[in-house]
Amino acid sequence: MRGDQINLQNIVARSASITPSPQVRQGGVEQVTKLIDVSVCIGCKACQVACMEWNNTRDEVGHCHGVYDNPIDLTAESFEVMRFSEYENEEGDLEWLIRKDNCMHCAEPGCLKACPAPGAIVQYANGIVDFNSEHCIGCGYCRAGCPFDIPRYSERDNKAYKCTLCSDRVYHGLEPACVKTCPTSAIMFGTREDMLDYGAHRVEHLKGRGYENAGIYNPAGVGGTHVVYVLQHADKPEIYSGLAKDPQISPAVEAWKGITKPIMSAVLGASVLAGFFHYVTKGPKEEPEDDPDPENAGRAREIDRHDGEDRP
Amino acid sequence: MSHSNVKSGILRYGWWTRLNHWIVAISFTLLTLSGLALFYPGFYSFTGLFGGPEETRILHPYIGVFMTLLFVIQAVRFFRDNLIRRHDVQWLKQIRDVLSNRDDRLPPVGKNNAGQKLVYWIFLATVPVLLVSGVIIWRPWFAEDVPLWLHRNAAMVHAYAAFIAIVTLIIHIYSAIWVKGSIRAMTQGRVSPAWARHHHKLWYEDIMRGRARGDDHASTPSARESTRNPR
Repeated sequence: MRGDQINLQNIVARSASITPSPQVRQGGVEQVTKLIDVSVCIGCKACQVACMEWNNTRDEVGHCHGVYDNPIDLTAESFEVMRFSEYENEEGDLEWLIRKDNCMHCAEPGCLKACPAPGAIVQYANGIVDFNSEHCIGCGYCRAGCPFDIPRYSERDNKAYKCTLCSDRVYHGLEPACVKTCPTSAIMFGTREDMLDYGAHRVEHLKGRGYENAGIYNPAGVGGTHVVYVLQHADKPEIYSGLAKDPQISPAVEAWKGITKPIMSAVLGASVLAGFFHYVTKGPKEEPEDDPDPENAGRAREIDRHDGEDRP
Repeated sequence: MSHSNVKSGILRYGWWTRLNHWIVAISFTLLTLSGLALFYPGFYSFTGLFGGPEETRILHPYIGVFMTLLFVIQAVRFFRDNLIRRHDVQWLKQIRDVLSNRDDRLPPVGKNNAGQKLVYWIFLATVPVLLVSGVIIWRPWFAEDVPLWLHRNAAMVHAYAAFIAIVTLIIHIYSAIWVKGSIRAMTQGRVSPAWARHHHKLWYEDIMRGRARGDDHASTPSARESTRNPR
């Protein structure tokens, strides 16, 4: 697998850019995918540690919230967090569902759509969606765009952060840090094709074990994701700490960032032109000369004496 | 032309009205430029006017709050002059005559014509919407504490309200260029009686009969002085 997405010609989508990204390269870069097999995860959080290690982030030590989730939520320094949920199934048995929550690397990323800064969010040919912090202006619109509520805003530098899928490691042919460290192979990484094959195999296995609704979570609403889950209960993703059932970019974001923006921009330009053309065709609006009737003109001057404000 | 003689003439806009208007106008222009930069990538180069992209993002909301404060003062002071009256409806029905400069066919109007009144009401409607939606999406101060659905909708509403306000602004600026004497009125305060009679006959007649005065302010020292010492 070639991981050369950092070559600038392998940026296939770019935030706030009207003109197309480089087009001439055909193939050569395989799409990558990270597969998270929830049924194999033991919740050891080694991936969280590896993530912090590789990315050199050191989150503040927080408080115990009475649950295993620690930190309790994603932060600008914690690109991933294990979310634990206790689910009682139809038989009344307890299932401990542990989901590694991080950026899903959507094929159609809402963050990229919402971002107003050209090139602050890019998508590589291999499918990774990356934040280019150098161009980030700190508006946080990526948070509004994301259907998974992933990006987090840093109080330290007013920029947004999220999982990079270790784009720097992948560039050098390595797997992401979380994959490297996972002791149970619950996190796998490879070409998209291989991972979906492997996921299908895992789903078969789970079905054989009695999980009739086992399946791969690869939501079509965002064009598929480059991080996919194997779920025991794929029919109920929401039981995995609120995983979205049918995630898509919010209609409000579509209405905000869609086709209306260029249309409105054109209307603004047209209204300026309309004014100019009106002026050159109809001419200015002017009053006739001052009152020719001396009595009226005299009265007018009388008024001038009454009103206020100093004058020479 | 008569309106060039601004030393005499009816005081249409007093010093504070003018100052207030131009503070709002300058702020609004800065908001338009910085807002458009983040509105559509085609305008992104406007960020250069504000020191850079991130600087633009930081400055925009502060200018917005400042403008709103001054706008509120202006809106309160202009309120009475902008109540819609029956002749305003007739004036609007004859908008084609207005646009074609067939002024002799138009009904006489008060201090403001219906177009000016509409500009007033559109700004009065959009500025509060822009303020509220803008505060909701303001980082780092507020946006982190609102639910995502609210953030999304506020961002959308902000863009649409801004579009309406900017179109209105363009119409407002063009009208000032189009109707000769109005820029002078807002920069130097006075209009000639002929100007007032032609464009705002009811207002002119009120002044002639002494039922109304030009825009003088009893509270300002200069106004009191000139009342006490008539020339």
